[in-house]
Amino acid sequence: MNSQATATMPATRARPPASVYGPIAWLRANLFNGIFSTVVTLVIGVGTAWAIMGLMRWGVANAVWSVPTTATGAMDPTACRALHGVGACWAAIGDKWRFMLFGRYPYDEQWRAGLTLVLFIGLFWVSSDRRFWRKELAYVWVVTLWVIFLLLWGGVFGMTYVPQDQWGGLPITLLLSTFGLALAFPLAVLVALGRRSTALPAVKTLCIVYVELIRGVPLIALLFMANVMFPLFMPVGLNPDKLLRAQVAIILFAAAYLAEVVRGGLQALPKGQAEAADALGLTYWQKTMKITLPQALRLVIPPLVNTFIGFFKDTSLVLTIGILDLLTAAKTAMADPIWQGVSTEIYLVVAVIYVVFCYTMSSYSRSIERKLGRTANR
Amino acid sequence: MTEEAPAIVLDKVNKWYGALHVLRDVSMTVAQKERVVVCGPSGSGKSTMIRCINRLEQHQEGRIVVDGTELTDDLRALDTIRREVGMVFQSFNLFPHLTILENCTLAPISVRKMPKAEAEELAMDFLRKVKIPEQAKKYPGQLSGGQQQRVAIARALCMKPKIMLFDEPTSALDPEMIKEVLDTMVSLAESGMTMVCVTHEMGFARMVADRVVFMDRGEIVESGTPARMFEDPQTDRLKLFLSQILRGH
Repeated sequence: MNSQATATMPATRARPPASVYGPIAWLRANLFNGIFSTVVTLVIGVGTAWAIMGLMRWGVANAVWSVPTTATGAMDPTACRALHGVGACWAAIGDKWRFMLFGRYPYDEQWRAGLTLVLFIGLFWVSSDRRFWRKELAYVWVVTLWVIFLLLWGGVFGMTYVPQDQWGGLPITLLLSTFGLALAFPLAVLVALGRRSTALPAVKTLCIVYVELIRGVPLIALLFMANVMFPLFMPVGLNPDKLLRAQVAIILFAAAYLAEVVRGGLQALPKGQAEAADALGLTYWQKTMKITLPQALRLVIPPLVNTFIGFFKDTSLVLTIGILDLLTAAKTAMADPIWQGVSTEIYLVVAVIYVVFCYTMSSYSRSIERKLGRTANR
Repeated sequence: MTEEAPAIVLDKVNKWYGALHVLRDVSMTVAQKERVVVCGPSGSGKSTMIRCINRLEQHQEGRIVVDGTELTDDLRALDTIRREVGMVFQSFNLFPHLTILENCTLAPISVRKMPKAEAEELAMDFLRKVKIPEQAKKYPGQLSGGQQQRVAIARALCMKPKIMLFDEPTSALDPEMIKEVLDTMVSLAESGMTMVCVTHEMGFARMVADRVVFMDRGEIVESGTPARMFEDPQTDRLKLFLSQILRGH
């Protein structure tokens, strides 16, 4: 009776056998599935191990973490010079990190630039939480960005005035990309809507010309034009500073690309959505703001974030007109004769900073896609 | 006959898609509270005609007068007409990012400027009439096709239209769901709504229609009471169409 019961009880077989389930089965199915797969796994495995060991040897075992100071108070780089590339000179980063992050911003005032970084990251963090997606968030943005400018400019509350050409490093990168994308995005939506307009052919033509002209020009060329040509057209005495000109160029450039992404989303919507809105008597703007745009933007989150990430990195092109963003500040730091030959280390640190920001953006986009997808499964 | 103006007048309406002549001299008058079923083979222009009535398509010649207002390029006239004319589509066209209740309250709140609470009460009333009040908090994607189409009917009714247009409302539905939608439409017809309905459901036409209009190749070929049309078709084209429809059922 008892043995019969266990033999027919399906509960005892609730788990599949280890040959189809569990880590060993996973290894067999994914890494050692046949001779070819096994060889590829071994080759890649050995190659990866070799690369990691080399990196550890260079970056940890043979690395110089600090150097002694000479009698005059300067760094003595002899230990780093003696490495001849077999080890990393992290001592140079320890000496130069503040210049990399803040550029030529006056050394004693760099706490202000540091504070702007905290504000930026706090602003992004608050904005990423859907609980805070309310009207008040717009005010938070305006106030925070004002405080950031106030901190950088100084001249009030006992802070010394720091002219804009001394700003540099990560705050510049964040400033250009935050303002660039925050202002390019609404512009892009308007251009995308304009380009689809059937009632206003002149607006449509204007939008097409704008997108095609801007897309047809490299960003570097646009930055040069903003820097060199733009002042020629301005009335005498009115000369917006270099950073503002670069910012405008980036906004115009990004908007053209984003507009096409948004238009793609609008294009992908079934025609019936707009028709249903029309049939209900909604006006053009009611239809756009409540029906088509929210759905279109949801569809294009992946390419939208793709473009955001691209432009975050493209802000480094402002080096061509002599603005010290993060990458340029780091490169300038390398020019210090004491640390001659130290470049890989600095590029590595800059790369890590870029990766952290870009990876955060892309993983946030994935999480937001999941959340929005849950509420609106078609 | 009272002096009441007809609900819809189409007078020699013509429309072309490029060189294709899709509506040829279509003339038709729908009286207040009249229920008209439009049938015909696919490509006969019946959907195009019904879509011209609330200007989802534009006619190029002739006159269309809806509830006393002529359809022209005047946008204000269009707004007036769309407020008074509800439409139900073959593919439901519910807004997938809004809940059922939001689907129903959106237009009353934004177009009729109704207070939110009042709009929600109204929407729940109509959702009860189409027998799905319990789905109000769900999203369209979570409902069956038949339920979605009933929501679409409730959504149109929330605007309190004087005229309802149905463009093949059951064509995208599985057979077992057709009945629940037709039942909803029958009870709407019984309430005295002016209806123009493009459909192949001849049983429905027989039950509720005051008049059946048969279209083929962009023109109205024949029209009359359902009994006359089905039992005594005058034209060969209608005879052919009826034989094909009946064979399919």
